[in-house]
Order: sequence, then structure tokens, then C-alpha cells
Amino acid sequence: MATTLADDLRPLHHPHSWVTKYVWSQDHKVIAIQYSCTAIGIGLVALVLSALMRLQLGFPGAFPAIQPDNYLQFVSMHGMIMVVYLLTALLLGGFGNYLIPLMIGARDMVFPFVNMLSYWFYLLSVIVLVAGFFVPGGPTGAGWTLYPPQAISEGTPGHQWGIVTMLVSLAIFVAAFTMGGLNYVTTVLQARTRGMTLMRMPLSVWGIFTASVMGLLAFPALFVAAIMMLFDHLAGTSFFMPTMQSMGAITPTQGGSPLLFQHLFWFFGHPEVYIVALPAFGIVSDLISVHARRNIFGYRMMVWAIVIIGALSFLVWAHHMYVSGMNPYFGFFFATSTLIIAIPTAIKVYNWLLTLWRGDIHLRVPMLFAIAFIFTFIHGGLSGLFLGNVSVDVPLSDTFFVVAHFHMVMGVSPILVIFGAIYHWYPKIFGRMWNDSLGKMHFWITFIGVYAIFLPMHYLGILGVPRRYYALGQADFIPPSVHLANEWISIAALIVFCAQGLFFYNMIWSLFRGPKADPNPWGAASLEWQTPDTPPAHGNWGPHLPTVYRWAYDYSVPGAPRDFIPQTEPREPEPRA
Amino acid sequence: MTILARLTEKSWEPGAQPVERERPSAGTVGTLAYFGVATVMFTLLVAAYLMRMGLHGGGDHVHDWKPMPDPPLLWINTLVLIASSLAWEGARRTHRGGAAIMGAALGMVFLAGQLLLWRHYQAAGYYLSANPANAFFYLLTALHGLHLMGGLVAAGRALAAANMRNIALCALYWHFLLIVWLVLAVLLLST
Ligand code: HEM
Ligand SMILES: [Cu+2]
Repeated sequence: MATTLADDLRPLHHPHSWVTKYVWSQDHKVIAIQYSCTAIGIGLVALVLSALMRLQLGFPGAFPAIQPDNYLQFVSMHGMIMVVYLLTALLLGGFGNYLIPLMIGARDMVFPFVNMLSYWFYLLSVIVLVAGFFVPGGPTGAGWTLYPPQAISEGTPGHQWGIVTMLVSLAIFVAAFTMGGLNYVTTVLQARTRGMTLMRMPLSVWGIFTASVMGLLAFPALFVAAIMMLFDHLAGTSFFMPTMQSMGAITPTQGGSPLLFQHLFWFFGHPEVYIVALPAFGIVSDLISVHARRNIFGYRMMVWAIVIIGALSFLVWAHHMYVSGMNPYFGFFFATSTLIIAIPTAIKVYNWLLTLWRGDIHLRVPMLFAIAFIFTFIHGGLSGLFLGNVSVDVPLSDTFFVVAHFHMVMGVSPILVIFGAIYHWYPKIFGRMWNDSLGKMHFWITFIGVYAIFLPMHYLGILGVPRRYYALGQADFIPPSVHLANEWISIAALIVFCAQGLFFYNMIWSLFRGPKADPNPWGAASLEWQTPDTPPAHGNWGPHLPTVYRWAYDYSVPGAPRDFIPQTEPREPEPRA
Repeated sequence: MTILARLTEKSWEPGAQPVERERPSAGTVGTLAYFGVATVMFTLLVAAYLMRMGLHGGGDHVHDWKPMPDPPLLWINTLVLIASSLAWEGARRTHRGGAAIMGAALGMVFLAGQLLLWRHYQAAGYYLSANPANAFFYLLTALHGLHLMGGLVAAGRALAAANMRNIALCALYWHFLLIVWLVLAVLLLST
């Protein structure tokens, strides 16, 4: 096994041909780019699906090609792709792979071969997922939660084949994630360079590390649930399938427990929210600190908050099941644990704000996205406090209020961080700068746009508009304003959809035409900006690994020659007593 | 330094430069982390087993859970796996490849024994879909067996490279799978 700790370069796997360099690559930076491109590619599919859904909701009946079955399939695929195949893969497979070794001063991941396998398994899972669109009956329409018995029963779109491709794809994804996650965790624990103590790591690494640990412990639940449902569907077992009557006939399954599936699913599903959120928390802390030229406020508290949130999030899963008929005492327990998580989360928010307070704020594009994240995250968090209470949640369950809440907190917020992070690290990854005006245009349309889309949805939800409905039809509780709101939401969604063209145009334009980037354009102190080459070469650090002498947040230190001190700068012997 | 001391480091203060400490090998840490993953997986399955077992069937309120009989083969397989683990432990302590090969071979015997057990149950009419107890039995043994097969692949590679460090890791992995199996066997035998 290659050791990547020592300064000795020999054990590092050296690619010789174009294929081993860019296709079957074991270099964490190439794998990161492969992961990111695949994730963004499949994410675009999910984005197109959301546009189709919005067309139907805003202008019901105007698009006869979208049938009720299709709508349900779009909802399900959109949700699952966004949560698992885009956000998880991009934040951990993409950013995790790129940033961990560079930020902790390692030459590569500790198991480069396993890392490569992880990507190819992920790609396979995406291919199987996409195959769902082409099997007879189309993809599953069971909702991203895939609740049995309906997911595999007559009447649900894709109950024959679509659900099989979905479950198989998820099982492969879990295998891919496990290989990647073991790598991220072990690399952080093992391959930190000289002087890089745990508490000198940038918060990005802390977020990604904690999220990886959580993923390793949460994804097995999804795996088990997927396998058991496959058994129920293909082998006729009844793990989850209760005794049912279909068309007057008793089905062969009996006695299974749909609730068992819900427990397994949400034991994975809730931590999944934080698997996506924690890397975003970490990254946004670094963006804010760099672009406000201030050390992050309360670094230690930030680290502990990340770890505590990670641990607590395994104790709250049943807040997704308040309406499942469980024992009210459970509801009380889970409501309490849910509200307790608000404490470390609020600490993080205050610390971001206090970092900005009196900072030397540079409103560059990455910073704009970071600040936008604080807005959307606070909004999503506040509506979460409502939903965490059983008595408030029950009437709001399965309404658009829930859709608005989770899009704010785990849809839009991490996406904004991802945009910010791409704008921030692109100069290091490809050595080119972006066009600033295009970036700002992209930012403002996206930021205002997502508010135009998701704020009115809260109102719809309070009126009682149900989620996962193809069309509302005529109902007394639905005033005409709902239809008007839906129309405008859809128009906003289409504008945001088109505005993403600016992002991709900018990305591709800069790849070829962008001005050459300085090795450290933002004046950042963390290690990844101190590489000898930009973009970093294979092995990252040239002949000698860097030595770290300080934390990653020495900004605007009084008396220092520049307004930042890189982590690699030795400490002066104390000048005066 | 304890983990607590490390997590309370005041990193913004100009502390002394930390001393380099011996770290366990990456393989060890990775393997231990994987034990965490597998432990969660099997624990969840056991929880699901117990939850499903306690449920009533259909509307008629009859227990639909019919426990399987416990054939002697189950005991024999368990003994084989214990022997296999012991052989691996020998290989770990004495650094001898022969013992490791013995351990791997016994692992294969265990797998063959499990297959026989499946055949036995099939012949006796305990089909997968006939009862949730059967379904859990096949699911648990299959997942455990797959883990053992993975271990055999790793063992083959470690032996081919005569890598003693990895052989020690294989031994560790075998012990882990033995513990998992003992828990599963107790569960299967007692319910
Ligand atoms: C501009 C961007 C987006 C738009 C316009 C959009 C729109 C929608 C719509 C219309 C629905 C279906 C509502 C219903 O009928 O129940 C939906 C569901 C969903 N969306 Fe989004 N979405 C966007 C981005 C995202 C992102 C980034 C995520 C990532 C977490 C996400 C996750 C989900 C999930 C999990 C569901 C629930 C699926 C289900 O009910 O099974 N969406 N979205
Ligand atoms: Cu939750």
C-alpha cells in the first residue's frame, strides 16, 4: 500500500499515460473533478425535472405531455437525485476529495486505489439510476422516500421496474460512498502533515470529516432498507409488505411492517440532511473568514458545534414520522431532541455574523454566496422550529410548507455554498479567474430568484396546499390567489433555471479565456493556497511536505507585514516580553 | 495527549510546535472504521429482526413468525468459523503464512457449510418467502457470507504479497466476523 506520509515520493502511484492520468486516475484531484462533473451532470437532470414540475404546477393542463404519472416520477427522481446524487456526491466526493489532502498537507488520499473505485461505483450507480427512465413503466413515482407498500404496489408509477433500478442504484451508491468515506476519514486521521493538529484544520475539513463519519454510520440503514425492499419486491418476502387487498383479492404478502421501513429510511434520512449541511457549514465558515479578512469567531466552539450536531442528528429521525401513528411519548422525545439541535446550530449562525461584524468585507462573488447562505439558512431553520413541534407539524405535514422548509434549509442553502465554493476554489483548481460581472449577475438572479420561488410556498402550505399533487383542481379551501402564486413561482423558477446558463458559460469561458490566476488570489492563509504549483501538480507539494506552524485563520494580525499569515509561516520568537 | 486535550487546544495562541507521534497504520484505521460501518449495518438488521418478530400478522392477530428449527449443521459451522479465527490468530502471532492459508481454507469450509445449510432448509421447505423468520435467516447469512468472501479476496492478496501487516489485519477482520456470527447465531438459535 502506498504510504503518502513521508517525503519520499517513490511510493506514490505515478501515472504514465493519458488514460491512467485522466480516466483510471488515482489522483485525488482528478477524482474530485470526475465526481463533480458527474454530480453536476446528473444534477442538471434534476433541475430540468424541477422545471417540468413547475410548468405543470404553474400552468396546469397546458402541457398535455405531463401526465399525473409523469409528475410523480419527476417529483421522486428530482428529490432523490438532488439529495443523494448531487449534493452528497458533490460535497463529499467532489470537495472532500479535492480539499482534504490539500488542506491537511497530504500528497493524496491514503487509499488511492479504493478512492478510484469509489468514483467508478458512483458512476455506475448514476447509470443505473438513469436507466430507470428507459425501463418499461418508467422510473419510480413513489416519492423520494420510497415508502412501501405503495412503492411496490399496483397503481404507483414504476412499481415494476423503476423501483428496482432505483433501489439497486442506491445500494451501489452506498458501496461507493463507503469506499470514499473510509478514505476521507482515514486520511484526516492519518495523513496530516507535520504540525497540523486536529485543531489547526480549517473548518471545511472538520465539516467534511464529520459528515463522512456520519455518512458511514447512516448509509447502512439505507442499504439495508433497499435490500429488504428488493427482497419484498422480487422474492415475495414480507419484511415491509402488510396483508393487503388489491382488486378484491388478498395479496400473497402478509404481516410486514411499513413502519419498519420508515424507521430505517429516516435513520438514514435525517443524518443525510446534516451530511449535506456540515460540509456546507465548514466551507461557508472559511469563505466568510477569508473574504472578511478576520479570523473565524469562536473556532473551537465551531468545531464542537459541528461534532455535537453530527452526534445529535442520530437521535431525531422520527420527527419525520409524527403522522405515522406512533406513540405520543416518542413524539415528545423526538420533538425535544430536534429543538435541542437548534442550540449548536444557532451558535454557528451567531459566530458567522460575529465574524462579519467589523470585518473588512470584500463583496466578491464567493462572499456574496456565503452571505446569501446565512439568509436562506436562517429562514429554513426558523420554519424548521415550527415543524419540529408535533402539534404544529401535524396540520402542516405533507403541505407545501414542508416543501418550502426543506428547500430553504437543505436545497438552496447548500447549493449557494457550492456555488460560492466553486467561485472560490476554481482559480486553484484550474488556474484561471472567472468573469466577475457575470458571476455577480448569476448571484443576484439566483439569490432573489430562490426567494421568489420558495417564500410564497410557505403561504401555500399554510393554506393547506398539499405536496406531491399533480393538479389542485377545484377545492373550497384553495382561493384563486393560490393559482396566481403558483404561476409566479413557476415564472421565477424558469428565470432561475435559465440564469444557471450564466454560471456554466462563465465556467467554460474561464477555462479557456479566463485571466491566469495568482497562486493565492484571495490572500488566504490555509494550506491549499500555498502549493508550489497552480493548479497543484501530482503529489501536491513538490519534493517536501509543508510544515504547519499556526491555525488557518491568521487574518489582519496586528503588526504582521500582510493582512494574512499563511499556515506555513514559522512563528517568530516572541519579540518582547 | 488525550483526545479531550487535543480538542481543547487553543489553536489561535502561539503554542509550542506539537511533537510528531507514532500513528497506527492507515490500514488499521481504515479497517477499524469499516468495523463501525458493518456494526451499524448488522445492528440495524438485528433491530429490524426483533421489531418484525414482535408484530402480529394481518387483521387476524395471529403471529405470522414461525421460528426455524436449529439443525446440528449450524453448530458445526460455528465451530469451523471459530477454528478459522484461531488459525488466523496463529498467523498473526507467529507471522507464518501456513497458518493464514489454514485460516482462509477454514473460512471457505464455513461458506460451504452455510451453503449446505441453505440447501438443507430449502429441502425441508423453509423457503425464503414462506415466512419472515426464513427471510431474515437468508438475508443475514447472505450478508455475513458476502463479508467473508470479501475477506477471502483481501486474504488472497495479502498472502500473494506476503504482507504480514495485512495478514494481521485479515486476522482482525476474521475475529470481527466471528463476533458478528456469534451474535447472529445466538439470535437465530434463541428465537
Ligand atoms: C430551483 C431549484 C428547485 C426547484 C424549482 C424545485 C422544485 C421542486 C418541486 C416543484 C417539487 C415538488 C413539490 C411537490 O409537488 O411535492 C420539489 C420536490 C423536492 N425537491 Fe426540489 N426544487 C429545486 C431544487 C432542489 C434542491 C437543490 C434540492 C436538494 C435538496 C431539492 C430537493 C427536493 C426534494 C427532496 C423534494 C421532495 C420530493 C418528494 O416529495 O418526494 N430540490 N422540488
Ligand atoms: Cu430530519
